[in-house]
Amino acid sequence: MSTDKIFDLAHSTVRELNQALHDLNGHQAGPRFEVRNAQGEHALAVGIAAPLIVDILGHVGYYCAGMNQHATVTIQGNAGTGLAENIMSGVVRVKGNASQAAAATGRGGLVVIEGDASARCGISMKGVDIVVQGSVGHMSGFMAQRGRLVVCGDAGAALGDSLYEAEIFVRGTVADLGADCIEKEMTAEHIVALDELLVRAGITARAADFKRFGSARKLYHFNIDHADVY
Amino acid sequence: MCGIVGLYLKNRALEPQLGALFEPMLLEMTQRGPDSTGFAVYRDPAPAGQVKLVLQHPDPAFDWASVAAGLSEQFNVEVALSVHHTHCLLRLCVVESALRRYLHEHNPVYAVVSIGQHIEIYKEVGLPIDVALAFGLRSMQGSHAIGHTRMATESAVTTAGSHPFSTGSDLCLVHNGSLSNHNRLRRKLEKAGAVFRTENDSEVAAKYLDVQMQHGATLSEALTQALVDLDGFYTFTIGTSDGFAVLRDPIACKPAVMAETDDWVAMASEYRALARLPGVKHARLWEPEPATVYVWGRAADAATLN
Repeated sequence: MSTDKIFDLAHSTVRELNQALHDLNGHQAGPRFEVRNAQGEHALAVGIAAPLIVDILGHVGYYCAGMNQHATVTIQGNAGTGLAENIMSGVVRVKGNASQAAAATGRGGLVVIEGDASARCGISMKGVDIVVQGSVGHMSGFMAQRGRLVVCGDAGAALGDSLYEAEIFVRGTVADLGADCIEKEMTAEHIVALDELLVRAGITARAADFKRFGSARKLYHFNIDHADVY
Repeated sequence: MCGIVGLYLKNRALEPQLGALFEPMLLEMTQRGPDSTGFAVYRDPAPAGQVKLVLQHPDPAFDWASVAAGLSEQFNVEVALSVHHTHCLLRLCVVESALRRYLHEHNPVYAVVSIGQHIEIYKEVGLPIDVALAFGLRSMQGSHAIGHTRMATESAVTTAGSHPFSTGSDLCLVHNGSLSNHNRLRRKLEKAGAVFRTENDSEVAAKYLDVQMQHGATLSEALTQALVDLDGFYTFTIGTSDGFAVLRDPIACKPAVMAETDDWVAMASEYRALARLPGVKHARLWEPEPATVYVWGRAADAATLN
């Protein structure tokens, strides 16, 4: 059992923090990292590739926990633009709100936002699971290709615009659906799978209360007859 | 990319610290905009009938005393003068519209940076730290301030192209983003008599708001109409005599974060600019919604703004 490693960003640089994390890439374990005085700094805990536990105290800036592999990163505050961008695996949890483009292009793993996420949450997601306890802003799930976006609150305008095969679940209201995004049947199979995800995310909600949205699959290929809707 | 910051003190006991609280916010945005820096500080309101005028000339040794003497002779009033680096602040008892007309017709060699009863705009090419030091920002007292750090995209790095842009009496605009229809809008405004000093898109937005309000619109109405008439990316912060307003375009790509406590309201492009404000740990923090007009001001005057 390793002892905790504390990085106080009032005294260390972001580069030193990230280097210490990267030095453990490929390892099977490491100390628990605690990051203090985050003060909205950008690019904290980016590029980890080991099953580390990282707790960040305070609000973080842009691109926190980007490209994460295997690690469990928890932010005890709010997160700026591009949280967990291109996450590959592991868990990134924000106790507060997340700004734009949370989990953008994420390929795997789980991102949990206990507050609200703003615009373009899950844009171009490619396999990540995203669970938002609050609401998401406009253009969320834009061009989402694979994975699940779960919204316990409400969704802003143009949800799931130009969606591919990602699934979107919303418990509250949807301002409006984007092009080619439609409501789909919530089957028993979907309820079981969503309940499992909610439990894994540590979010108390009943899957049966959610509506499911997905692609109408009409925009996959360019069709001159559809030119007016592109 | 540019950086925007704004700080409005609800608690008047903090007014002596305005510069000390605001300067770190501006400096934190250096990476977002190292080309030029500017700020508007609202302080020392002129008594009724008096106008505060800020002028600029690139030569720090410019003969401002002659300018003050010329204005004194023109309007037959006393003119108080204080020089701040490349800018000078004049105070004189004159009807503001008459002063504006004179400055417009006189076509002076100096630039008119701001006019009003509260506002003073100071801006220059250079890093935030250099500009802040040149004008002594840290020791400034006042009720509120907005600032801008510029990373130029579509027009030259000049003092005139720096933000804030004056948009009328006690009003100014800072902008992060880029407008795509500013050339057409500039021609339209020029036909209606507007005069532009730069090729800058943000100057067009400032002039647009100015013209809207000259035609009787309130600030909120002008901003609501801006959502229709301005095309492009923008987060705007508009300084007013008693507070500030914020507007983001409907797509809202350009960042903005707001924070409010019992003592102050602040906005910034990024949270890190707010991170050192007193009590920020317990502040209400949120992102302004797209296409939504936000206006803060002292209660007594807020009605006239909305």
